[in-house]
Amino acid sequence: MANLTASKVLAPVGAAGTLFAFALDVLRGLFRRPFQLREFIQQAWFIASVTIIPTALVAIPFGAVIALQVGGLIKQFGAQSFTGAASVLAVVQQAAPIATALLIAGAGGSAIAADLGARKIREELDAMMVLGIDPIQRLVVPRVLAAMLVSLFLNGLVSVVGVAGGYVFNVLLQDGTPGAYIASFTALAQLPDLWIGLVKAVIFGLIAAVVASYKGMNAGGGPKGVGDAVNESVVITFVLLFVVNFVLSAIYLQVVPPKTG
Amino acid sequence: MGTEIKVENLTKSFGKSLIWGDVTLTIPAGEICVMLGPSGTGKSVFLKTLIGLLKPDRGSIVIQGTDIASCSEKELYEVRKLFGVLFQDGAMFGSMNLYDNIAFPLREHTKKSESEIRNIVMEKMDLVGLLGTEDKLPGEISGGMRKRAGIARGLVLDPEIVLFDEPDSGLDPVRTAFLNQLIVDLNAQIDATFLIVTHDINTARTVPDNIGLLYHKHLAMFGPREMLLSSEEPVVRQFLNAQRVGPIGMSEEKDADELAAEADQELPPLPPIPMQLEPSNGIPRRSQREPGAWCKENGITPPPGSFEENMSMTTAV
Repeated sequence: MANLTASKVLAPVGAAGTLFAFALDVLRGLFRRPFQLREFIQQAWFIASVTIIPTALVAIPFGAVIALQVGGLIKQFGAQSFTGAASVLAVVQQAAPIATALLIAGAGGSAIAADLGARKIREELDAMMVLGIDPIQRLVVPRVLAAMLVSLFLNGLVSVVGVAGGYVFNVLLQDGTPGAYIASFTALAQLPDLWIGLVKAVIFGLIAAVVASYKGMNAGGGPKGVGDAVNESVVITFVLLFVVNFVLSAIYLQVVPPKTG
Repeated sequence: MGTEIKVENLTKSFGKSLIWGDVTLTIPAGEICVMLGPSGTGKSVFLKTLIGLLKPDRGSIVIQGTDIASCSEKELYEVRKLFGVLFQDGAMFGSMNLYDNIAFPLREHTKKSESEIRNIVMEKMDLVGLLGTEDKLPGEISGGMRKRAGIARGLVLDPEIVLFDEPDSGLDPVRTAFLNQLIVDLNAQIDATFLIVTHDINTARTVPDNIGLLYHKHLAMFGPREMLLSSEEPVVRQFLNAQRVGPIGMSEEKDADELAAEADQELPPLPPIPMQLEPSNGIPRRSQREPGAWCKENGITPPPGSFEENMSMTTAV
C-alpha cells in the first residue's frame, strides 16, 4: 500500500524526468549528422505560415491594451510624455515573448504534436526506427530548431506590431502627441530589454517544440490518444512557459538594473 | 543468405501484467516460420521485441552475435539494417508517395545514385505488383496495396530477416492467398529468414516450414509444420483446427468447470495435413522439405488424406 502511494505521488516526477531525458536526446540529436535541412526548412515554413497572421492579430490588441492602461494611469501623474516609454518597455520585455509563446504553443506546437502523434499510431515512427533511422534526429530536431527560429522572428513581429498598435491608440484615442510617443522610446527601454525578449522567445520556442514532440511521440491508444496528446502538450507548454517567464524575468531584473530617467 | 535468430528465456511484462515468459526458440536461417496465438497473447509484442522496439525484462535475442536485448542503441541501429519489417497497416510515410516511400531506406542508408535507386525501386514494385502506382499517396490506395507497398519497402535493402505483422488482417481470402503465394515466392528468391505473425489458420497450415504457438503467457509449442499439425496436444489441436472444444475460451483460458463439462465430449478427428504452398515457378525453396518427411522420420502417421494434391485449401470444421 505504501508502495502504491509512493508510486502515485512520484509519478509526476517520473514524467518530468522522462521529458527531461527526451530533451537531452534532442540535444544529442542536434549534433548528429547529416542535418535534415529540407525537413527544417519545410517545418520552419509551416510553423511560420500557421502563426504569422494570428500573432499579428493578437499583437495589435496587446499593444493597444497596454497603451490604454498605461496611458490612463500615467495621465494622472501628469507624465503623458512617458506613455511611449512604458508601452515599449512592456511590449518588448514581456508582451512580445509571451504572445509569441502562446501562438507557437497553440498553433505550432499543437500541429507538431498532432503530426507526430498520427505518425506514432500509424506505426510510422516504429517503421522509421526499424529502417535504422532515429526519429528524434530525423523529425524532432528539425522541428525544434524551426520552432526556435520562427519564435525569434515572431518576437520581432509582435514587438513592431505591438508598439505600432500602442502608437495608434495613444495618438488617436488618447490625444497623445506623436512626437512625444516616439521621442520617449528610449527613456525607459534599453538594448538589453530587446535581448532578453529575444532570448525568452527562443527558449519558449524550444520548450513548446520539445513538449509537443514528446507528447506526440508518446501518444497511444488510437485517434483519441492523439487528441489527448495535443491537448496535454498545449496545457503543459502554457504552464511551463509562464513559470519559465517568471524565472527569467526575475533573473533579468536582478542582473540588469532598470534604466532611470 | 538468411540469418538465424536465437531467442532464450525471453520475458516481457507491461507493469505488473506478464505478456509472456521464458520464450525459448531458434528461428532457423532461411526458413519460413509462423507465430500463432489467440488475440491478445502478445504476438505483435513478440515481433516488436525481436526488432528491439520494446525491451524485454529478461532473456536474450542473439542475431549474428549481437544480443538485441542488451546491446547499445548504436549496435541496435546497425542490426536493424538486417531486417525488413511489414507492419500491420504497412506503416507507409503519409507525406510521401509510394515511390519515395520505397526509395526512402536506399536514400538514407546507401550512396546509390538516383538512377540505381530507380532500378531497385521499380524492381521491388514489380515484385509486389504495384507498377504504375508510384505517384499515389498511401492515403489514396487500398489496404492490400499498402501492405504490398510495405513489403516492397521492407525488401529494398536486401534484408536477411523479414518480419510480417499480420499480413492477412483486413484482407479478403483471395488477396490473402495471393499474398501468401508472394511470401513463398519471395522466400524462394531471396532465401531470407521469414517470420510471420498471424492468427489466420489457413496461412499457418499451408505457408510455413515451422509453426510456433503463443498461448497463456508462454510458448506452447514450436516446431516443424507437420509436427504441430499432427499434434494431439489440446491447445495446439484446438487452435490449429479452429475448434471451440479445448482449453482456449472466449476471453482467456477456460476455467475448470467448463473444461470438466467438455471432458467427455468427443473431439473431431484431426483434419488431413495440407500440402505446403510451393513457389509459383515450381522450383522448390532451399528450406522446403518433402511432404510427410517429418512424420516419416518421427514415426507418426499423419491424419488420413494428408498430402493429397488438389486437397481443399480450407479446413473443414
